[in-house]
Amino acid sequence: MVKEKKSNEKDFGKELNPQAGYSNSIKDFHSVKLTKIIEENPNIKTFYFDKQIDAKPGQFIMLWLPGVNEKPFAFSNLGKNCSITVQKRGPFTEELFKSRKGTILGIRGPFGKGFETKGAKNAAIIAGGCGIAPLKPLAEELKKNKSKIYVSLGVRNKEYLFFKKEFKKLSNELKIFSEDGSVGKKGYPTEALEEFIKSKRIDCVFACGPEILLKKVFDICEKRKINCQLSLERYVKCAIGICGQCAIDDQLVCRDGPIFSNEKLRRLKELGKFSRNAEGKKSCL
Amino acid sequence: MSLQTNIAGLKLKSPLILASGVVGISAPLLKRCEENGAGAVTLKSIGPNPRAGHKNPTVLALQYGIINAVGLSNVGYKNIDSEIEEIKKILKIPFIVSIFGEKIKDYKTIAAHIAALKPNAIELNVSCPNVEKFGSAFGLDAELCSKIVSDVKNVSGSIPIIPKLTPQANNIADIAKACEDAGADAICAINTAGPGMVIDIETAKPMLTFKKGGLSGPMIKPIAIRCVYDIYEKVRIPIIGTGGIVSGKDAIEIMQAGASCVGIGSAVYYNGFEAFGKINKEMQAWMKEHNYKNLDKLRGIAHG
Repeated sequence: MVKEKKSNEKDFGKELNPQAGYSNSIKDFHSVKLTKIIEENPNIKTFYFDKQIDAKPGQFIMLWLPGVNEKPFAFSNLGKNCSITVQKRGPFTEELFKSRKGTILGIRGPFGKGFETKGAKNAAIIAGGCGIAPLKPLAEELKKNKSKIYVSLGVRNKEYLFFKKEFKKLSNELKIFSEDGSVGKKGYPTEALEEFIKSKRIDCVFACGPEILLKKVFDICEKRKINCQLSLERYVKCAIGICGQCAIDDQLVCRDGPIFSNEKLRRLKELGKFSRNAEGKKSCL
Repeated sequence: MSLQTNIAGLKLKSPLILASGVVGISAPLLKRCEENGAGAVTLKSIGPNPRAGHKNPTVLALQYGIINAVGLSNVGYKNIDSEIEEIKKILKIPFIVSIFGEKIKDYKTIAAHIAALKPNAIELNVSCPNVEKFGSAFGLDAELCSKIVSDVKNVSGSIPIIPKLTPQANNIADIAKACEDAGADAICAINTAGPGMVIDIETAKPMLTFKKGGLSGPMIKPIAIRCVYDIYEKVRIPIIGTGGIVSGKDAIEIMQAGASCVGIGSAVYYNGFEAFGKINKEMQAWMKEHNYKNLDKLRGIAHG
């Protein structure tokens, strides 16, 4: 009679329970508790989680409000005290704003490709609106790499500005713009980009914000032959490259992006023009 | 080693067909499947009205597959013309338009509209709930399937009609036979299995907002193999074997069960668009090793 090997059985069990003894568990899912909520201004809050979820600046996560919905966000702080910084915009964020310290939520991710910071000696960071949030950890990584950092932030008005202190500390130069002139200069953050390029030998531009702004950044960078990395946004459903909902041309923002650089951006006919809604219907931006 | 396949009058350079509901929402994405080695592609199912689908989470990757309740989000058949025109312009391989109805008569209406746009084939997604009959799927009832297929055949001219069947039917081979008798040109089997459910134990809440979802990926492959095997015994029309096929050996297995072509869905999650090229290569390697010059001799050899 052949004696069964115990070790085989053990290996089989291991195969079944790779994630903390939970079979067929959801990939990249983390149950998280809110540890702290900071009001950055009347419209914007930062939510801190009790778990460290390793991500690169520019990658995104899907935040799940149990029974409500699940939406994409990028971390505004990485490492031990990771957080997202959110602007109240619709039913989902309104619901999120109701949560308190101790509320349990779910996070899937991180997903997508992050920013590539290697080789950027003189970096320009251009952010508009909520796009400011994910660029802070990027600036922190650039700073660690000893890059020089030139930042231009744009907001609707002074009530929407956040992370000013943080960017002041991280950057070699900080410019602020608002649409109504209530904070910084009246205008748009791209105005400072031309100036930075002329005087600071910028070799890489990082940007996040409304797509009209990103398209402008891309056009400037193309004209000046400068590398840029843009964080694009589309309606994300699955986040794992299968439903196709987040398509921009033949690229999936969730898996091929959300960070795209010149070579790919050049091929995107829909950049700055069209996006799709939940039905998949294409409409003008 | 030729991967050439004929199905319902269509000539494919590879038996791999992008399954409906997987990245197939636009012409450029379908083109990317072609560039990566797909033999044909299927558009995400089009229904009678625009639908946003269910709220997220709608798709979750599990360890052995995927659970989804996307909820048939689509732009509605009246808004699909320009995308189909674009597909015809840029695609070289055949494309299949998948349609679904909320009511029985929807299939005929939508098929008539789609047929006029001349796709290479029309897939009938009969796995969605029938709103007229207490929400149970059309695909559970042989008579309803027969009616839908013959209704559609009346308006589709020479365009091949391919019903996609659900493994929830306990007599899937009988349903396939009813479809064949009603004039179907091929059978696609299977749609997602289940439905299943996943609960987050920390919040005690089902994770999909719709609560239940269809299962796909490697965990349902044995079900797909069994269904294709059963259908092959009952019908003469060709079968597109779909369900958890992620490798060349999986593809060979489902063809041995009786499939002429192979639907590719969850594999796009595991290997990205490169899944097509990878599976093509793996099939060819297996065929070479086992002295198969083409796929014809492989089909259905698990029978008998």
